Amino acid sequence: MKTTNIVKMSVKDKKNVRPVSKVRGMIHSFETFGALDGPGLRFVVFFEGCPLRCAYCHNRDMLDLKDYMEMSAKELYEKVKDYKEYFGKQGGVTISGGDPVFQPKFLLEFLKLCKKGGIHTTLDTSLMTSRAVLDSVRKYVDVFMISLKHFDDDIHKSLTGVSNKPILENIRYLSDKGAKIWFRYVVLPGYTDTRANLKALREFLKEVKFELIDLLPYHTYGVYKWKKLGLKYGLDKIKPPTMRKVLKIKKMLEKEGYKVLLNS
Amino acid sequence: MPSKKSVKKPKIDPFYKNFKGTKWKNGIDVRDFIQNNYKTYDGDESFLEGPTKMTQKLWKKTKKLLKKEFKKGGIFDIDTKTVSTITSHEAGYIDEKNESIFGLQTDEALKRSLKPGGGIRLAEASLKQLGYKPDPMIHEIYSNYVTTHNDAVFDIYKHWDDFYTPAGKFFRSEGIITGLPDNYSRGRIIGDYRRIALYGVDKLIEERKADEKKLCGYMNEENIERRVFFHKQLKALKDIKQMAQEYDFDVSVPASDVKEAIQWLYFGYLAAVKEQDGAAMSLGRVDAFIDIFAERDLQAGKYSEAEVQQFIDDFVVKLRVVRHLRHPEYDALFAGDPTWVTCALGGMSEKKKHMVTKTSFRLLHTLENLGPAPEPNLTVLWAAGLPKGFKNYSTKIAIESSSLQFENDDLMRGYHGDDYAIACCVSAMTVGKQMQFFGARCNLPKLLLMCINEGKNELSGDLVMEGVGPLKHRKVLDYKEVSQRFYKMMDWLAKKYVETMNVIHYSHDRHHYENSQMALHDAEIERFMAFGIAGMSIVADSLSAIKYAKVSPVYNKKGIAKGFKIKGDYPAFGNDDKRVDDIAVDVCKRFITALRKYPTYKNAKHSLSLLTITANVVYGKHTGATPDGRKAFEPFAPGANPMHNRDKCGALASLNSMAKLPYKYCRDGISNTFSITPSTLGKDEAIRVANLVDMLDGYFKKGGHHINVNVLDREVLEEAMKKPWKYPQLTIRVSGYAVNFIKLTREQQEEVISRTFHKKFY
Repeated sequence: MKTTNIVKMSVKDKKNVRPVSKVRGMIHSFETFGALDGPGLRFVVFFEGCPLRCAYCHNRDMLDLKDYMEMSAKELYEKVKDYKEYFGKQGGVTISGGDPVFQPKFLLEFLKLCKKGGIHTTLDTSLMTSRAVLDSVRKYVDVFMISLKHFDDDIHKSLTGVSNKPILENIRYLSDKGAKIWFRYVVLPGYTDTRANLKALREFLKEVKFELIDLLPYHTYGVYKWKKLGLKYGLDKIKPPTMRKVLKIKKMLEKEGYKVLLNS
Repeated sequence: MPSKKSVKKPKIDPFYKNFKGTKWKNGIDVRDFIQNNYKTYDGDESFLEGPTKMTQKLWKKTKKLLKKEFKKGGIFDIDTKTVSTITSHEAGYIDEKNESIFGLQTDEALKRSLKPGGGIRLAEASLKQLGYKPDPMIHEIYSNYVTTHNDAVFDIYKHWDDFYTPAGKFFRSEGIITGLPDNYSRGRIIGDYRRIALYGVDKLIEERKADEKKLCGYMNEENIERRVFFHKQLKALKDIKQMAQEYDFDVSVPASDVKEAIQWLYFGYLAAVKEQDGAAMSLGRVDAFIDIFAERDLQAGKYSEAEVQQFIDDFVVKLRVVRHLRHPEYDALFAGDPTWVTCALGGMSEKKKHMVTKTSFRLLHTLENLGPAPEPNLTVLWAAGLPKGFKNYSTKIAIESSSLQFENDDLMRGYHGDDYAIACCVSAMTVGKQMQFFGARCNLPKLLLMCINEGKNELSGDLVMEGVGPLKHRKVLDYKEVSQRFYKMMDWLAKKYVETMNVIHYSHDRHHYENSQMALHDAEIERFMAFGIAGMSIVADSLSAIKYAKVSPVYNKKGIAKGFKIKGDYPAFGNDDKRVDDIAVDVCKRFITALRKYPTYKNAKHSLSLLTITANVVYGKHTGATPDGRKAFEPFAPGANPMHNRDKCGALASLNSMAKLPYKYCRDGISNTFSITPSTLGKDEAIRVANLVDMLDGYFKKGGHHINVNVLDREVLEEAMKKPWKYPQLTIRVSGYAVNFIKLTREQQEEVISRTFHKKFY
């Protein structure tokens, strides 16, 4: 007996409803109660696909364009709208993944619908995308939630498969344009908690305007997804950081005058 | 008896100094008094005071007694020699010099007493099982000379042919209608205890005498019966005065200050719990009422904030030590010794002015001053228009204590006005104007199995209903066939259920009447007959499985489906999926419609609840495998909840499904128990509070009726199972009440732990 993937089934059932737009999105799944992904209570939509291949990806199952539901932006919007009552003054939808910028046309269409419907939008992204995409979506995004992976480009490449240069450029660009930015920073022992990287982080933060930084202690709860796919996990043998260590980083950042989030 | 207070008898006027309004002075109308005088409070909790020295000492002493009680296996002591009545016991104290509110059920705190009017057999069985000896004299009287409620009901059962199954058993033994109050007190009645404080008992007596003159003119059957009840009520009122005298208080006159207001209304409640031991003996709605007195005294400089809090704290200590003698079987159903001293807080007035007062805060604050506890069952009447300070404080307390329930005031106010309270878990009633005939609940999954099993009980194989016959589609169940048969049988069940309830409440009124509680109601009242469904989500999921997947029964030699094979997926309740949620709504509608076909005792209005209490474990034990894939004997989900871990689309999808269950069909309430880990609710305390506020606002805007909120980690509960002594006050919400986790049976603890905990890692 299986009662999984219930939402997927119900969405597929709606296939006979003809959407106005031809653009179809690839949606991996939903989390209706997102309290950790942006301001307030949020409906989190996980888009399938990502331009990065992070060694410690905790949503490895969302990258291969194999297991997803297809839907129009309107269909997705209707689903989110059903939760509007819970959003209060702060909450809304968080578009996550994967990385939503992997499906820029669909993303834009969906964002427009949200804006029109008065739903607050948070985009959870690596920002590994073109300036053109950025320009097209930015006026519809209320909060950019950007993950800062690593400041050393070589390490960045080995950790994520891509260079950090275009990402950091994009952040600077968004900052100049006055976008509201939240950073996420995974505290990954041996990588992002080093003196050098933390120093680079502080320097970078001085360059840009942002609202807060969200510290995410590295965890291994996503490892099973790699195993399920028959893949070898990219970062074996690294243990989650101690709370003490994470708190130290939090204090350090707070001393600089930044607002820091940490689940405690 | 040393005199603590000089008994004074001033004229009426000084009592009402500075109180506005006239209607309430001309007749009994507590609501009018409240609406004319309460002062809203829009601020935050910063005005609150910690426990005074007296409170600390009193609570320390009480905790010692509670510990002793726990060590003794849950029973501190029982007075086996005295039949408990309003006046049966001498004054009792916990720690006299440190108490400011007085009164215990017996002469000693936590000592339980005998109320055999509901049934001597069960009372004596309880004593024996607990290792006490029944008193021969009481046995003699109640067995031979007094007709108890239980005797009366069973005498009718015995001579009622339709109550027997074709196999010759009582229908009530088949586990389809369950927990009915036919051998114990029915409870669920809320006296308007505030009337004593506002008017004094003499005025209430005078008014009731006037009612009798006005309403009982011609000596016909109806009026004679009315007179009989009125006289019982008048006697109870006199007894309340006598009981108060025992503690040196004169409640014949109104209360003169906040301390007396609390004391007077507590005496009203105390009378109720000395007379009756129904499962739910609820307190009502007292926050704005008490606050009016508190404000007057604070203004006049008579008491300080710390003193007012002390009175509230002491009052709550008293409510925490209310005890009833329970049968071990009852404990298995309603675990953890609950008393449902349900106390409703907040809400809005009919004029859309919120009713949050400082005393709403003070009552919640007892959970901080005295630490968490299951009683009183603090119930926040949530409305979109409640002030932010109160929304934040009540959610903060819920997060810290897992001891609160929230109910939709915007929904209930439309039906019950702005002076209703909650009995038990979710049953709304206008205080002093409405009452209910409690009817526990029926096990609908078992009825569904009877459809498949030719009218037989799936466990015993006994024939329960004749003429059902085999299904046409036996190999793979056919949705149309099963559902139509199920709805037909619902009608058969409804008739039996209503008839049984009529018998029970006819007898209860005559043999175990709630004298004092009914004295604190209007002479003419509206009555509900409260039916219930257990296993709603199992029925919805089973029908959904039959409709959307392929369900094949596995039959045993006798042709009874012992298990079910399910091929394919089906939408399960709790995922905001219309296909199954609509089935659930339809089942509610059909069942209440079926019940309404059958007239009730005293023309009570049929109402329906989706509630199980902790009995969901016992229901499971008595129910075979179901077509949704639930294995035989596995617990039901609590209340109307989705089945454990089948709600897979996150907490809000689960809430959306729950919110679709229609209150208009389920007017006796829809219980939802919600558990989430702190780290899933938000990243820090302030965020958690804000998120919970938004969640409650959203849920109730969607039409949700009730929610128990638990914010805790499963690991804490697992640790408490291993080391109970470290967690004496660990409280959690179960279906409709809060309970000391360590007082649950092991099975119930395991079931609580296996429930869906909404959890996310970041």
